[in-house]
Amino acid sequence: MNSAPPIIHLKDIHFSYPGGKAVLNHLDFKFYRGDRTGLIAPNGSGKTTLFHLIMGLVKPSSGKIELFGKPVSTARDFEDVRRRIGLLFQDPDDQLFSPTVMEDVAFGPLNLGKSKSEAQTIAHRTLAYLGLEGFEDRITYKLSGGEKRLVSLATVLAMEPEVLLLDEPLNGLDVDTRAKIEEIIFNLDLSYIIISHDIDFLLSTTAQIYTIKNGKILFDDKLQIHAHRHAHPHGQYPHEHE
Amino acid sequence: MLQEPFAVGNSILHRIDPRMRIAAATVYSVIVALSRHFPTLATAVGASLALIMLAKLRPRDVVIRLIIVNSFTLLLWLVLPLTFQGSVAISIGPLSVYHSGLIMSAQITLKSNAILMALMALIATMTLSTLGSALNRLHLPDKIVHLLLMTYRYIFVIEQEFQRLMRAAQIRGFRPGTNLHTYKTYAYIVGMLFVRSALRADRVYKAMLCRGFKRKFYCLHQFRTGKEEWLFGTAMGVAVMVLIYLEWLKAGV
Repeated sequence: MNSAPPIIHLKDIHFSYPGGKAVLNHLDFKFYRGDRTGLIAPNGSGKTTLFHLIMGLVKPSSGKIELFGKPVSTARDFEDVRRRIGLLFQDPDDQLFSPTVMEDVAFGPLNLGKSKSEAQTIAHRTLAYLGLEGFEDRITYKLSGGEKRLVSLATVLAMEPEVLLLDEPLNGLDVDTRAKIEEIIFNLDLSYIIISHDIDFLLSTTAQIYTIKNGKILFDDKLQIHAHRHAHPHGQYPHEHE
Repeated sequence: MLQEPFAVGNSILHRIDPRMRIAAATVYSVIVALSRHFPTLATAVGASLALIMLAKLRPRDVVIRLIIVNSFTLLLWLVLPLTFQGSVAISIGPLSVYHSGLIMSAQITLKSNAILMALMALIATMTLSTLGSALNRLHLPDKIVHLLLMTYRYIFVIEQEFQRLMRAAQIRGFRPGTNLHTYKTYAYIVGMLFVRSALRADRVYKAMLCRGFKRKFYCLHQFRTGKEEWLFGTAMGVAVMVLIYLEWLKAGV
């Protein structure tokens, strides 16, 4: 690890939904600049909640959150944080609300106070980076599942964040699109945390993998490289694993 | 799935600045709706037909839409002539067909067809997102414009969720009938649709917050008003003046 303070630091976080049992319990988590972290845990273990806590979308019942070395608690604190941390939602339909792709990708930069032409330049550049040239005037709801995922990644990247939080980025995608997204993520020059159920994907894109157990984040060394058998599409054909 | 078949096209009307088209369609529709005399209404139907031709819309699609609307006016033709009191035009046995009812039905039919055709040619020839942006530029309140655009964006998502719920019911043997079980099932489905839509709205709002949303929307559309626009505006202005003149001529008699 390095000596700089963590950019995401969760201290003794406790969280429970109203009337429900605790989802996160005395959770401690440190994330440093340059880290590439995977998070693999069962459904309902609080992974998405963890992301929403970091973005200030839900409030912890108790505990402290420090981001970029500063404690954050009020809505105003989080406003500044949200431009530096980008969250990719599980469902692209939640993220894409504008009629056209261009308007959606430019929405973030415009909120950051960029002029219309600057925002459009950023949007063009981001779309081109993701291989989405010519998508500007496409209607968001008419995109395919894979295209929607790529465009919602574009809307997040257009904010030029320092950290990415990716919530199941491969969810519901076909083999080709998965490979494309995996490659894009691997080549990003950003720190990121990925939630996924796909251990192969996490092994190839992240340096360490954690899990959540009993509301706490654990470094899961058992999950580090190990021989395994599994079934996946076209598994009968010769193929390589990293 | 909702479609916008008229929005794709490259006629003169498609190229006219949407703001000008909206303004023209609004004024024209109001004048037609307020007119009462047949020369005026017949002229309006003619003018609307001319607009349809200018927009180069597929006649088949236009006719289909007109049939839908005219099935409603047919209902008026069945009801109004029999119920409107006044001088009797024809008596068929115990039924009396009233003169003023017939006139009223004819007026409504001509008006609705003229207005509908004008809207098809002028408004349906732009996508809803263009319509939203244009309304925004015409200084309609932000909230209304974005309510319109958001509704349009999520109506498809909500429709998909409805289909999912319906399928879930159907694969378990649900067949709608006239019984309490059917009503209850539909109530559950509609209720669940509301719950899901509310949750969806919550997630969309959160996603917007994550991208720095500060209760302000921006409009990227660029509109320009050039020679074609003024030509079109003048032509529509003349058409409206002619309608008003015809109406005034009759009113004077």
